[in-house]
Amino acid sequence: MPNPTEIRRQLRRILPRVEKPGRYVGGELNQIVKDWQSVKTHFALVFPDIYDIGVPNLGMMLLYEILNKREDVFCERAYLPWLDMEAELRQAKIPLYSLESYHPLRDFDIIGFSLPYETLYTNVLNVLDLAGIPLKSENRSDDDPLIIAGGHAAFNPEPMSAFIDAFVIGEGEEVIGEIVDVWQAWKKTGAAKAGLLLNLSQVQGVYVPSLYEPTYNENGTLAATTSKYPAVPKTILKRMIPVLPDPPTHFIVPSISVVHNRIAVEIMRGCTRGCRFCQAGMINRPVRERPVEQIIKGIEDALANTGYEEIALLSLSSSDYTHINELVQAIIDKFVGKHLTISLPSLRIESFSVELMEKLRGARQGGFTLAPEAATDAMRNRINKPITTDDLLTTAREIYSRGWTTIKLYFMIGHPDETMEDVEAIVKLCKSVIGEGHKIIGKKANLHVGVSTFVPKPQTPFQWAAADNQESIYAKQKLLRDSFRGPGLRFTWTNPKETLLEAALSRGDRRLGEVIYTAWKMGAKFDAWQDQYEYNTWLAAFEACSIDPNFYISRTRAMDEVFPWDHISTGVNRRYLENEYQKSLIGELTSDCREDCHTCGILPIFNNLRRDHPGQLWLCPEVK
Amino acid sequence: MQRIRISYNKGVELQYTGNLDMHKVWERTFRRARLPLAYSQGFHPQPKLQQAAPLPLGFTSEAEMVDVWIDTDESIEDIAKKIVNTAQLGIVVREVASIPISSDPLPNLVTAAEYRIKCDDPIELAVIQSKIESFLSQANIARERRGKPYDLRPLVQSLAIEADSPLVLIMHLSSLPGATGRPEEVLEELQIDPYTVDIDRTKLILKQ
Repeated sequence: MPNPTEIRRQLRRILPRVEKPGRYVGGELNQIVKDWQSVKTHFALVFPDIYDIGVPNLGMMLLYEILNKREDVFCERAYLPWLDMEAELRQAKIPLYSLESYHPLRDFDIIGFSLPYETLYTNVLNVLDLAGIPLKSENRSDDDPLIIAGGHAAFNPEPMSAFIDAFVIGEGEEVIGEIVDVWQAWKKTGAAKAGLLLNLSQVQGVYVPSLYEPTYNENGTLAATTSKYPAVPKTILKRMIPVLPDPPTHFIVPSISVVHNRIAVEIMRGCTRGCRFCQAGMINRPVRERPVEQIIKGIEDALANTGYEEIALLSLSSSDYTHINELVQAIIDKFVGKHLTISLPSLRIESFSVELMEKLRGARQGGFTLAPEAATDAMRNRINKPITTDDLLTTAREIYSRGWTTIKLYFMIGHPDETMEDVEAIVKLCKSVIGEGHKIIGKKANLHVGVSTFVPKPQTPFQWAAADNQESIYAKQKLLRDSFRGPGLRFTWTNPKETLLEAALSRGDRRLGEVIYTAWKMGAKFDAWQDQYEYNTWLAAFEACSIDPNFYISRTRAMDEVFPWDHISTGVNRRYLENEYQKSLIGELTSDCREDCHTCGILPIFNNLRRDHPGQLWLCPEVK
Repeated sequence: MQRIRISYNKGVELQYTGNLDMHKVWERTFRRARLPLAYSQGFHPQPKLQQAAPLPLGFTSEAEMVDVWIDTDESIEDIAKKIVNTAQLGIVVREVASIPISSDPLPNLVTAAEYRIKCDDPIELAVIQSKIESFLSQANIARERRGKPYDLRPLVQSLAIEADSPLVLIMHLSSLPGATGRPEEVLEELQIDPYTVDIDRTKLILKQ
């Protein structure tokens, strides 16, 4: 196997030939390099898409900082090379290497994949293959690295269970160190890898799929997923950190331009709104806020460490941050007027949001983004996002009259009970919005409308629901395309065939592992890239495995169906999700959980953590 | 407001960082150093930075220069110290000098550049010598760049061998608007694959 010096030597000839060679060389500001020999554990964090997308990922950054704080760990990074570089690497037989030390990934002890969404699955296989590591866990030897993965997609780990040795369920800040500890203790004993996996299964929040076995009913549905040994937990409860630690401040600053070139600070984690389609809102409970001072200190430190010109304050619903006024005021006092761009996404549809944004607005102004999701009260009640048309129009008037020329609105189609009237209402609503713009600023007014297609996600109230079928999606999109004509209007939509793949994979079971493998064999990769995704390859892969994708996509599940992710617990219980689903069918709303506790299950499960951390940082009620 | 000129080396860490991105690298260096950049007026204020001459992607350099306008009264020594301490890996600051605000734009001062080329593949000395002699003896060397014909020969002011095994070439190429010689084009004329060499810009020759 080539060593780092050899890899660097070979790269010199390859890099001038590829697009954006700066993706493949590392050496960025704030990268951490340690002496390879001096540490006990070599950890490679991998984002399974290209550098440009992977570098700004906040989860990667956060774990990179935490792991490298340990003297006994050297954590490096790798990303999937783009097609041109992949071809060059394969041709020159250079294995995929880390950007810090240029060691082949195969030389690492632990490889951790970030898995935020399902369309990265084939890329994971491609990374392993480029690294020369056997794809399936069962084919890897004791000398191969331990392969772990975490992120939102891991809340249904089953489709990728053949390829990943252990999944991290939930938040990684604490458990990542525990995994390293278990690995180091195991390494000292010199035992076989089976011992390591068994030890890992004892860590809360770690799921070792090879220690579980699914059985199926005659109709193809799952009968049960059972642990093979008594010592292995029956359900895996996610990890949740009771108090958000200081945010990362040593962001790696790429020397080339990537998708987001900015400091990102999470102001809160979780969301109290309970929109029924939103997986992030269900799996990130409870809501925990960062104190204003901690956010400001984080930004100050990050600015000093990076010199970035842009700051993004992240959360699922910024308007709901308890101290939003104080936060915005503090940001104005410290950072506005210094040629910095400050973004505050996920604002509620109300005039107050416009006031907030106006205060933060620097010299550069982009569009103003809002996500009404649905245009009729019936649909809004189903998805539990009760905004009113009046509020939207009032907010739009405010936006246009305060100097913005472009509004971006996000909607969702494809709910199983959606009618053509619901879809037409989106057009009507948008035309009213741009109409307000025309009244206020005339032809300068723009409206960009993004319409995505709903994918029922596991661990949400819609996990029982069917995804919309292809014909229906096409018909709805055609209606929108035909009607979204007019000055200042722009309409974008998602490819229905991409939606179908996401729908199949997100609620898949273990049997889909073979489909993913076959699709990759047939050339599927970069499935999240519109110009790379090949629907027909996936159809062929399903066909070759004799699996009907519609079993996963367009089937309404029975209320008592056993799901492939039932042994993975987010802390939110099934009864709550069931109740929310039933309420959606009759169009009944559930209030924001700051108003009433709807007993989703989080509080009893994390009872002790809540008791140990009383006060305002959690938005759940206190416990005695 | 003052105008400063930074002379620096660009190392392998920033070898694949293009000129636009280098602009950002410097902007961020000043922000980290807490040296307030002066911005242009208008609807989209931009920090005022001027690079001497674009360096092609993949080259390293011992001869980069950038002019930066900053809003501070600090002494040039203090400014220099801050920049040296803040510059990232891949940048070695050689000099920070004070420049009269209204002096000529930096790019206009550049007339030529010197490049040192280290060849990876073994090349017979006699062969390369004769190729260089033949190159230099010609009055015109007609080539095309992006579909436009041009004469390479007058853009090459000198071309010589500095060392043998590995072979190192030194060349002086014209660097004027509309008359910029590129080392890869000279290498192609010498039948050396530009993908097999390391190119370092060693000097910028400025108008006096």
